[in-house]
Amino acid sequence: MTSLTLVRRIKARPQVVFDAVTTAEGIAQWWGPDAGPVLVAEADARVGGRYRVRFRMLDNTEHESSGEFLEIVRPERVVMSWRWKGGAEDPGESRVEITLKPVPEGTELTFVHSQLHDEEARRGHEEGWTGSLDKLEALFAAVTAA
Amino acid sequence: MVNYNVRLDRTFMALVDPTRRAILAQLERRDGASISELAQPFTIRLPAVMKHLDVLADAGLVTRSKSGRTVTVRLRPQPMREAMEWLRRYERFWSSSLDRLTAYAESKQAEVLRKGR
Repeated sequence: MTSLTLVRRIKARPQVVFDAVTTAEGIAQWWGPDAGPVLVAEADARVGGRYRVRFRMLDNTEHESSGEFLEIVRPERVVMSWRWKGGAEDPGESRVEITLKPVPEGTELTFVHSQLHDEEARRGHEEGWTGSLDKLEALFAAVTAA
Repeated sequence: MVNYNVRLDRTFMALVDPTRRAILAQLERRDGASISELAQPFTIRLPAVMKHLDVLADAGLVTRSKSGRTVTVRLRPQPMREAMEWLRRYERFWSSSLDRLTAYAESKQAEVLRKGR
């Protein structure tokens, strides 16, 4: 499975972070790759509920992603499916998992985006490709150094 | 765009298998290897190695050239570069989003404290 993992330490209680992640009001404040605005944010944060986010980037292109909440454990964990609208660039469905752990300064957030581009691999029932960015990076670094 | 996705599918499918990753890692350490040299560290048989090489060649990750009776296999890193770039776009997307999420949550927390709740 091709996946991406990121960790952040946030000076806010897990409940505050959880609300920022699971409410339309919160999502509208942070979702997107640059400082461009979020145009639409909808979130029905219960298992089986859906979310949809449309944002404009600074280059004026608009993008939309949506999916379903698969797991909700307040204020610890959110799992959702994820898909680009249109999907020309990446047609598959992937999985976003956010885990919040209380730490003395606030919250440790672990973010995992998995099942990226691995539909072929799943069909092949092959062994999972975990921590792929790291491995690929290591391999790639070796290759370019050669 | 469709070709691009097909190429990425092939690259990721090729990379998902540990034997194929081991073959690539071997090739990365030397400039070209024969098929029997590549097969040597594995317990699997030569035909199985050939099959893995077919998958790697289809993905454009290796090239095979024949000279007399010897086939030389070489690494071709371009598809890996493309796959890296594809993953990096996701990394940039989320890294930037999470930075803003952090700033937003911290300002909300400060607001909660100001209100003395």
